Amino acid sequence: MTLLDVQRLSKRFGAVSAVDNVSFDVARTEMLAIIGPNGAGKSTCFNMIGGQIEPDMGTVLFDGTDITRDTPQKLFRSGIGRTFQIAAVFQSMNVREVLQTALLSRDGRTASFLFPARRYKGEEADELAASVGLQDFLNTECRALSYGDLKRVELALALANRPRLLLMDEPTAGMAPDGRQQMMRLVRSLADKSGISVLFTEHDMDVVFNHADRILVLNKGQVLALDTPDEIRADPAVQAVYLGEEA
Amino acid sequence: MLTGQILTGLAGASVLFFIAAGLSLIFGVTKIVNFAHGSFYMLGAYIAYTLTEAFGASGLGFWPSILLSALAVGMIGALAEITVLKPVYKAPPLFQLLVTFGLVLIIEDLTLLVWGPEDRLGQRAPGLSGAVELLGTQIPSYDFFLIAAGPVVLGLVWLLLNKTRWGILVRAATEDREMAAALGIDQRILFTGVFFLGSALAGLGGALQLPKGGADLMMDLTVIAPAFVVVVVGGMGSLTGAYVAAVVIGLANTFGVVLLPQATLVLMFLVMAVVLLLRPHGLFGQPERAERGHTPGAGYPAAGAMEKAIWSVVLIGALLLPLAQDDFILVLATDIAVAALFATSLHFLLGPAGLVSFGHAAYFAIGAYAAALISQQIDGPGMEIALASAPVLAGAAALLFGWFCVRLSGIYFAMLTLAVAQIVWSLCVQWTDLTGGDDGLLGLWPSDWADSRMVYYYLTLALSLAAILLLRRAVHAPFGFALRAGRDAKARAEAIGIDVMHQQWLAFALAGAAAGLAGALFVFSKGSIFPDEAAIPRSVDALVMVLLGGVGHLAGPVLGSAAFTLLHDQLSRFDQWRLLLGIVIILVSTLAPAGLSGLPAMIRAFAMRRRI
Repeated sequence: MTLLDVQRLSKRFGAVSAVDNVSFDVARTEMLAIIGPNGAGKSTCFNMIGGQIEPDMGTVLFDGTDITRDTPQKLFRSGIGRTFQIAAVFQSMNVREVLQTALLSRDGRTASFLFPARRYKGEEADELAASVGLQDFLNTECRALSYGDLKRVELALALANRPRLLLMDEPTAGMAPDGRQQMMRLVRSLADKSGISVLFTEHDMDVVFNHADRILVLNKGQVLALDTPDEIRADPAVQAVYLGEEA
Repeated sequence: MLTGQILTGLAGASVLFFIAAGLSLIFGVTKIVNFAHGSFYMLGAYIAYTLTEAFGASGLGFWPSILLSALAVGMIGALAEITVLKPVYKAPPLFQLLVTFGLVLIIEDLTLLVWGPEDRLGQRAPGLSGAVELLGTQIPSYDFFLIAAGPVVLGLVWLLLNKTRWGILVRAATEDREMAAALGIDQRILFTGVFFLGSALAGLGGALQLPKGGADLMMDLTVIAPAFVVVVVGGMGSLTGAYVAAVVIGLANTFGVVLLPQATLVLMFLVMAVVLLLRPHGLFGQPERAERGHTPGAGYPAAGAMEKAIWSVVLIGALLLPLAQDDFILVLATDIAVAALFATSLHFLLGPAGLVSFGHAAYFAIGAYAAALISQQIDGPGMEIALASAPVLAGAAALLFGWFCVRLSGIYFAMLTLAVAQIVWSLCVQWTDLTGGDDGLLGLWPSDWADSRMVYYYLTLALSLAAILLLRRAVHAPFGFALRAGRDAKARAEAIGIDVMHQQWLAFALAGAAAGLAGALFVFSKGSIFPDEAAIPRSVDALVMVLLGGVGHLAGPVLGSAAFTLLHDQLSRFDQWRLLLGIVIILVSTLAPAGLSGLPAMIRAFAMRRRI
């Protein structure tokens, strides 16, 4: 069953064709990785799906509904969670407050003056924090968190609306190798438990080949291959443009 | 007739270009929005006045005098950069802005000391004092000279920036300051040099317009708003943009005089609003880089027991104040209550919303004028109805203007708020049928029951306190949390479903409504209202209050407004109070950027260091 269906997505910046006619799909509970050399169009592709960049052409269907030009706000409400390449959470808040803010937004309460935000659904926020292993940091200011823990807060934020799809732009960038595998195991277990599909970009090939169900290889804005890790590893075209370059 | 208007507009455009080019250069390299740039323009005119009076009878003395004036202003600009601005290069933009406003006050008072209060009329330029007939209209020859001077100076500065080593370094620093530093470019000398050039251009503008417009003490702030508009419309840091925008704005200005004599500035600002909505970075500008080294915004923990105790004591003190039976103290305390609300409303934007508004006085003035006009129309409960409607009307105005402003960010947002405030100010001055113009509106006293100083003091205290508590509640409420989320990480906040722009828009309206209430309370405490309440210095007063109290704490604006009102009261007893206030502003911005509410933390940190 297809959850996300991307059809002929394209984007030009001036004379450069950043993403050219890219089509792929993500099945339910699948983890799909997008890889490719620098400048392959990973981030552009990702930001078009996430609503940060408007595509020139193409459509994105989420569970059969056209979401191509939806704002990030709307995507969140439709059940798509998003994390960013450089973790950015609300530096002036502690972990619980950050998650309470997400719950307030989810429940459509952000215009309210009626009650102190710190009293809103503290328990649910704490559960959310515990689900990503942050139960010991509830009262820690985000500016004092390690980068890896910040990435966990982001993940918890993305989970606040019980999404069916997670978009993760470089979920392990900036983390130590141990932390990376741990992070992806966490994502995997959350995905399996709640039936979430995950679309992620990643530079770390260990992470990609250990955790992705399928891999989409982009090169110069076009789809080079889309297959299981084993097939991708054996694909001579991929080896030529991508793995060859890495070695 | 029309030809004449257009040519006058183009001549004015050249002068505007000289000023805007300097402003844009300085901003491009140092990222400082220099309020004092208008003061350099004014100095150019005054220095040129002195020199041309002495030597300007012949062309041989006149033109060197003009150039010498520009050079002298360049030196003054460089000196100001070395002494006052160097220490704040790493400070947040708001502090830099206030420091440059401190310079405005200092230069204004020094100019008054040297040249006296009279307006000065400049000599005609030798050889260009006549007029030329064109299509049946007499056009001053000097206008043609000015029209030609614009492109010539544009060309010369372009050559300087593109064909000399120094110019290439300047452009490198404009493109990427950190990269330029990494390549070993000595920034200290470069920045001083750019300040010299930029100030000299402003001085040249002042000197060249002397034969047309003379020199007076109002020139500095009169020119700064159009100059900002030109820089913003052209695109921050773009020289060509500044020229094109100067021509567009110069013409808009001229047609404004012809088409809308009641509101000459409106057309100019409309042009700006339209350009910015279509091209948020100006005609030739680049998108602002994400601020690097951005200081994290403040969080606002709920008040602890200690804080609550302190505020209870303050409140009891305020309630007991009339026991002193001193009218002067009551007047001062009423002023403080009004200022505290005004400053708190601005702090709501600066702090939790992260929106630096340069034009908050607009909403104070709209509230004030609305209250004044309403109370004049209604017999009986005029004051009560005025106090109730002023915040609604000011809030509605903020809703309207805010819709445009929140579409922009950073420096462009600040500039648009300033522009809006200048529109409001110009309406207050020019729409004399409604506002009484410079004569203001008089005889606006409270209803009989509130007519004693004591009762009006309690009324002001109660309403200010209620509004301040409401704003405080908003900060701690879901509304404030979502607002702060948008300030801390915009894309992230949007990805959890928060409509950041919408949130900021509502915050803008709320702050406007609160400022409007402050304005209305102000009117009935003074009995009168003048256009000054919408002018730039009033907006800056509010910024100074917030800064003085500290942006990082909800108590900051209250503390700051009390300190500022008392300080202002003391300083205004001196003749040179502007000079003193300017020095105080510069010292506070430089030495205690966390403000009064940051002092306990500063002292703790100092004590810790001593112990170690």
